[in-house]
Amino acid sequence: MEELALHLLDLAQNSLAAGASDLSIWVREDKKNDCLTIGLADNGCGMEPEFVQRVTDPFTTTRTTRRVGLGLPLLAMNARLCDGDLKIESEPGKGTRIEATFRLNHWDRPPLGNIPATLVTILAGAPECNLSYSHSVDGREFSFSAGEVRKELGEIPLTNPKVLIFLQDYLQEALTNLYGGAIDGDKKPG
Amino acid sequence: MVIKNLDDLRRLREETKQELEGRHGGETQIIVGMGTCGIAAGAREVMTAILSELAKRNLRVTVLQTGCIGMCQREPLVDVVRPGEKRITYGNVKPGDVPRIISEHVVNGRIVEELVVGKIG
Repeated sequence: MEELALHLLDLAQNSLAAGASDLSIWVREDKKNDCLTIGLADNGCGMEPEFVQRVTDPFTTTRTTRRVGLGLPLLAMNARLCDGDLKIESEPGKGTRIEATFRLNHWDRPPLGNIPATLVTILAGAPECNLSYSHSVDGREFSFSAGEVRKELGEIPLTNPKVLIFLQDYLQEALTNLYGGAIDGDKKPG
Repeated sequence: MVIKNLDDLRRLREETKQELEGRHGGETQIIVGMGTCGIAAGAREVMTAILSELAKRNLRVTVLQTGCIGMCQREPLVDVVRPGEKRITYGNVKPGDVPRIISEHVVNGRIVEELVVGKIG
C-alpha cells in the first residue's frame, strides 16, 4: 500500500463486508503537533474482543480463499514505522472504529494519496451507504456527505458514471482549496 | 456541507434524467476485484478509469465490486458479463487497457483475448 488513501479504501471494504450502512472516514493533519490521523467508524457487525486482539496478525483472516489477511497488519506496521499507532475499538452488533496515527513529517510516512478516487470507489461499490468524510488541515475543515448528494440527485442513481466523475472532480477541487491551492496533498500551501 | 457547485449537480441531474429515459433491457456488468490484493495492485485506478470511460461514452453499464477471489497474483481483475454471454475475466488490467476492453468487448462484443485469464459460463 503506497498511499494512506488506499488503506482507507481497504478498511472501507472491510466495513461494507461487515454489513455497515453508516460509514464515516476522517483525516486530521496537525502541523503544530506533527501528527497525521486517519480513521474510520462503521455500524457493521463488529468483532469479538478475542478477534480484535489478533486481528493485526497476518495469519488472521475471515476470508476463505487463503489463510493470510494483510490489510490491518500492513496499516499497523506503517503507523508504527512512523512513530504512530493503530487503535481498534469494536463491539459485536455495534460496529468498529479504527484510527491510525503517524508522525506527519516522518521520513517513512506514506503520502496521503488520492482521497477523491478512494471516496468515489467506495460510493461506486456501495451507493446506498451513508458515507461521510471530514478532513481538517490545521483547523481548516472540509466535510462531505453522500446522503446530501443523493438528496440533490433525486431519481438519478449515485452509481451513474457521470455523477461519480463529477463528484471526483468536485472533491479534488475542494481538497485543493483546503490545502490553500497546492495540488499535492502533501505539499505545503502556497 | 456546502456543495459549492450545487447548481452544477442539479444541471447534471437534469441532463442525466433525459438520457436515462427510453432505455431498458438487460445491462452489461463490469465487476472489479476490490480486496486488499486488488487495491494494492491498482484496482482503484482501474475503477476510476472505467467510470471515466463510461461517462465519456455515455454507456449504461452496471459497475460492481467484489472481494478477493484467490487469484491475487493476477490482480487487478476485471470481469465483463454481457447479457446471455460468458463471464470473461481479465487479469493484470491497467488503466490504459480500459478503453480497449470497453470499446472492443462491452460495446462491440469482441473479447480482448490477450488479457483474458478466465471464462465462466
